[in-house]
Amino acid sequence: MAKVFIYPSTSLILADLVMRYGHTPLSSAVAIREHIQTAGFESAPLQISPEDPKKGLKWAAVEVPSGVRGRMALYGPMIAEAEAAIIINDADLAFGCMGCARTNELIVFLLRQKEIPKLDLNYPAGEEEGVKFVAAIKKFLSGLGGRP
Amino acid sequence: MTPPAVRIAQLSCGPEYSGIQQEIDEAARAVNGEIFHPDLALKSIQKDFDAFGLNVRSPDLRLAIARARALVEGRIDADAIFIATCFRCAEAAIVRNELRRYIHEHSRLPVVSYSFTERTTAGTLLTRMEALTTIARRRALLAREEQTGITLGVDSGSATTKAVVMRENKIVGTGWEPTTEVLKSANSVVAKALAEAGLTRDDIEAVGTTGYGRFLVGKELNADLIQEELTVNSKGAVYLADRQHGTATVIDIGGMDNKAIAVQDGIPGTFTMGGICAGASGRFLEMTSKRLGVEITELGPLAMKGFGANVPMNSYCIVFGTQSLVNALAAGSSREDVAAAACHSVAEQVFEQQLQEVDIKEPVIMVGGTSLIEGLVFAMGELLQTKIVVPHHSQYIGSVGSALLASGFIKDD
Repeated sequence: MAKVFIYPSTSLILADLVMRYGHTPLSSAVAIREHIQTAGFESAPLQISPEDPKKGLKWAAVEVPSGVRGRMALYGPMIAEAEAAIIINDADLAFGCMGCARTNELIVFLLRQKEIPKLDLNYPAGEEEGVKFVAAIKKFLSGLGGRP
Repeated sequence: MTPPAVRIAQLSCGPEYSGIQQEIDEAARAVNGEIFHPDLALKSIQKDFDAFGLNVRSPDLRLAIARARALVEGRIDADAIFIATCFRCAEAAIVRNELRRYIHEHSRLPVVSYSFTERTTAGTLLTRMEALTTIARRRALLAREEQTGITLGVDSGSATTKAVVMRENKIVGTGWEPTTEVLKSANSVVAKALAEAGLTRDDIEAVGTTGYGRFLVGKELNADLIQEELTVNSKGAVYLADRQHGTATVIDIGGMDNKAIAVQDGIPGTFTMGGICAGASGRFLEMTSKRLGVEITELGPLAMKGFGANVPMNSYCIVFGTQSLVNALAAGSSREDVAAAACHSVAEQVFEQQLQEVDIKEPVIMVGGTSLIEGLVFAMGELLQTKIVVPHHSQYIGSVGSALLASGFIKDD
């Protein structure tokens, strides 16, 4: 069983596929769940406090916008933890949408730098490509070991 | 009495991840505004984004664009719009600017934009939110063109406190002094203005307050109108400059911050407020005059005799600005040249940091105490390539605006 970082990290379809093959998806839901279940401070809607962009300084310098650093405070630790990654390029908004292009560039770069098994795919343009797309993900996840 | 609720549509990228969404909500709640995030169907997001034609990559900015179109086209109801994106994001800055322009040109919805950091607080946003809700709620009052009866306006600013007594559309008494204790200064300038007008407090039919101390002073004077300085000053500016109809741009370089307001028929459309550092405010000029050993009133004429280009000066930061000032004097620059350079530097900071965010439309009206520094007005005119209008009593702009608007509260009016 591997911890698989998914990009777009908001993709429920990707998270579901990862779980179906017995792995643990590292996704936005996981990071945000941790935040909103943390008692002791109130910072609606995501419970991200102004302290988080400061934690994000580990991945991005102070001149980088606070929104990028705040997002990196969520995704950075998961990237560090990841044992594998699936990167879907140019995904449709409905497939999974991450708000900030600069954060997205940094996340994908950090994943590509990391020496872990990676699947780097383009989002399918039609049905035929879609079948190949799912098959590629299935093959990748099966190759990581764990429950078939 | 609680003012009617104002629905404010938020178009943004990043505040929830910067940990400041609750600050935006709190600032809105303080002025009985209700922030909401317009809902759109997925298909509509793509369609509206494509139709707008600005091909940005961040999905949250795409959503902001789509929401703006839905608001402008009336598919979503709102009373006002708040645009917020991360400070230092170039892509977001372009979107912020274009959306503000688009909304201003295609709708009557008041709009304010802000670039935040994780340090942004509700307090910083309050005046902007207040102005936004005031424009939404008080269009009729802001359309008022004449002062009637006997009214008092008090502007409790960060540097100075001003009071004006008006009677039947004329200024009959004024009072001015540096702000020390807020209430003490306010009571003192009110007494001066009343004495000059030959009136007593009992003769006053309505009172308006504005400026940083507006709530405290308003409570003390039992004011009928307590209103932020963005709407009040723009009203006062077009009134005194006799430009109540059509477009105008109001620039107020204050003691602590600056305001640049694009006005249409006396009502602010878009505005910016702030400044990176006091180096772009009247405070830097006050410091300059102290260092040059002249009164602030003498700085303007002194600057007009000098040539600023002879002195390198950049007051982006007040500390570096002061350093340039000291270095220039130590290197033998004349006081006149240094005064001119200081005026140019402040004008340049306001031009670069704020005037880029509002559409400059003539006439450009400069108000506030700094508008009396002719070197600064000249430098701003040079930068904007236009003749700047400085109306009479321009230093009393907030008080005049308050007195004018307060007359709308006189009973039987």
